[in-house]
Amino acid sequence: MDFWNTLRLALRALARNKLRSSLTMLGIIIGVGAVIAVVSIGQGADAMIQEGIQNMGTNVVYISAGSGRPGGMRMGYGAVKTLTMDDLNSIAREIPLIKEAAPGVMTRAQVVFQNQNWNTSIMGTTANYFPIRKWVVTAGTVFSDEEVDSAANVCVLGTTVARYLFAEDDPIGKQIRIKNIPFRVIGLLESKGQSVMGNDQDDQIMAPYTTVQRKLAGVTWLQMILASAVSPDASIGAMQPITLLLRERHRIRQGDEDDFFVRTQSEMADMAAQTQLVMTILLVSVAAVSLVVGGIGIMNIMLVSVTERTREIGVRMAVGATESDVQLQFLVEAVTLSMMGGIVGIIVGIGASALITNLFSWPTVLSTMSIVMAAFFSAAVGIFFGFYPARKAAQLDPIEALRYE
Amino acid sequence: MVERMADQVLATMDTPSTQPRDQCVIRLDGVHKYYHLGDFQVHALRGVTLDIYSGEFVAVMGASGSGKSTLMNIIGCLDKPSRGSYRLDGMDVSQLQKSELARVRNRKLGFVFQQFNLLARTSALENVELPTVYAGISPQERETRARAALERVGLSERAHHYPSQLSGGQQQRVAIARALVNRPAILLADEPTGNLDSRTSVEIMDIFQQLNEEQGLTVVIVTHEHDIAQYAKRALEFKDGKLRRDAIIKDRLIAREVLPTLPTLEEEDTGDEQRAPEPEAN
Repeated sequence: MDFWNTLRLALRALARNKLRSSLTMLGIIIGVGAVIAVVSIGQGADAMIQEGIQNMGTNVVYISAGSGRPGGMRMGYGAVKTLTMDDLNSIAREIPLIKEAAPGVMTRAQVVFQNQNWNTSIMGTTANYFPIRKWVVTAGTVFSDEEVDSAANVCVLGTTVARYLFAEDDPIGKQIRIKNIPFRVIGLLESKGQSVMGNDQDDQIMAPYTTVQRKLAGVTWLQMILASAVSPDASIGAMQPITLLLRERHRIRQGDEDDFFVRTQSEMADMAAQTQLVMTILLVSVAAVSLVVGGIGIMNIMLVSVTERTREIGVRMAVGATESDVQLQFLVEAVTLSMMGGIVGIIVGIGASALITNLFSWPTVLSTMSIVMAAFFSAAVGIFFGFYPARKAAQLDPIEALRYE
Repeated sequence: MVERMADQVLATMDTPSTQPRDQCVIRLDGVHKYYHLGDFQVHALRGVTLDIYSGEFVAVMGASGSGKSTLMNIIGCLDKPSRGSYRLDGMDVSQLQKSELARVRNRKLGFVFQQFNLLARTSALENVELPTVYAGISPQERETRARAALERVGLSERAHHYPSQLSGGQQQRVAIARALVNRPAILLADEPTGNLDSRTSVEIMDIFQQLNEEQGLTVVIVTHEHDIAQYAKRALEFKDGKLRRDAIIKDRLIAREVLPTLPTLEEEDTGDEQRAPEPEAN
């Protein structure tokens, strides 16, 4: 018996019990649909995180002040006062993998413009901070080295701050007050939106670090140093020399903890990708379980079908069907069932992904790989779970089968 | 083609009609069949030796348990003898593999069952086509052959009816068409009239007699009804797994002559056309 005939026969047999066939397919539909949707959500999240990390600047090495242990009491990050501008300069000068570095001093303050006010964070830094973190000004300019040296009262606004203080008006050149000290707005940053961690990156003000240290925070140290390595690989390679250099500069004895933390952007990207991979594997395994459950459903219904059609099998054998003819007939039926489930499942999965993107504005990325895999696995499930019932049908004794009531 | 007239032959009982007149299509030699049912053994056939020639019309008779069904299964290549040999159309089939037996059934044998065994929700035409599908015949040729076979049993206008839309007699005629479609050497019928009323039974026997007389088809039917056996030319009677009697039928009935003498169902009762039970296959 040729293939097309067998396929036609299978479709007809399945059409005879439409409700039963569709319910059996449902297991596969849910399994395949879940795999497609889950993978596309996972890939979407991955793409979003990677993009976010790229946005924060590639090749970046973060050095933040660590937790000191004054008298055995552990403080939080940034509690120690040992990280200084001298550290920054020697990193930039002595470590060849590092291209440039920018300081970071942060504080929070109430910001006032006329009758509007807003509480936000103020970041004290230098001009080269902007290219390292890939910040772009859409209007005005960033502060110059001279303004940094002279601790000028100038600032650059994030879009969120600008919106709260100025609404639709142009903030450039306006005078705002931070902790009652007048600052001139010289630039407006391009919006970056939410960070990977979910906080609003546009809700901040940048000012020369000297100004922030002396006039706003009243400190002499730095909370962090942002260094830019020559390449993403170099950023990881630079961690070790930076650690050694700072330990030496801070006179940390062997065996004592560092009073700073060094992290890289690539490291964070890898970590995020790793987390994402674990999540995807987890979700795919759950989906795979439902595929297996669907397969068991197919096996169950095929066994029922073989029993119901014992007489038919007997007749077919009597008129010349061989064991392999009968086996193929039932196997093709099982595979047709699971493949149809697979195809509907792929459509459902694509639809679900589109729905998730539209309803929750969660980015999804459809992967061809997952669709191909889903199609392949649904066929494999049909063959695997259809084999035993088909074998059972093929091994029926024609005499017994013809006599079956 | 077959000139032998049963009623001309001497009515001598126990005279085997084995004169080598034509080609021998069925030759059983010392055939035994054992079944194992749990611990004990059933000896269903106890040494059957038998020749059936091309163009014969044989009725196999016997009570249940006589071994006649086992014999039919062996002749029909659905079962293999435990001992002894069986040559079908000159070929030793007693030692063939299952798949080879399926091929032999497909090419050389046509089956007609008591329960008709048509596939439900499948048109008459497609039911008749079934054996050609397994013979690897092209779709066009299949349909041509199936239509010809349906025409042969007088049902060409019912080609697209489902079994449930046909009367019992019509269903059995479809089954006969199915048995004929691969042009078999032998037509095997197991109680073909068992589920039919007496007039329809004679109509079916008429078809068998026509096929036998006009096309020289060898027909073997199993029946326990003596009046049905009277339409055959030769009767084999089995008892306790042995062939007890092998005789030429005397006073053979010719269905075409009997039919006009029978009342039609419409004359008997004015009710709806009587229908045989639905086939249970599929």
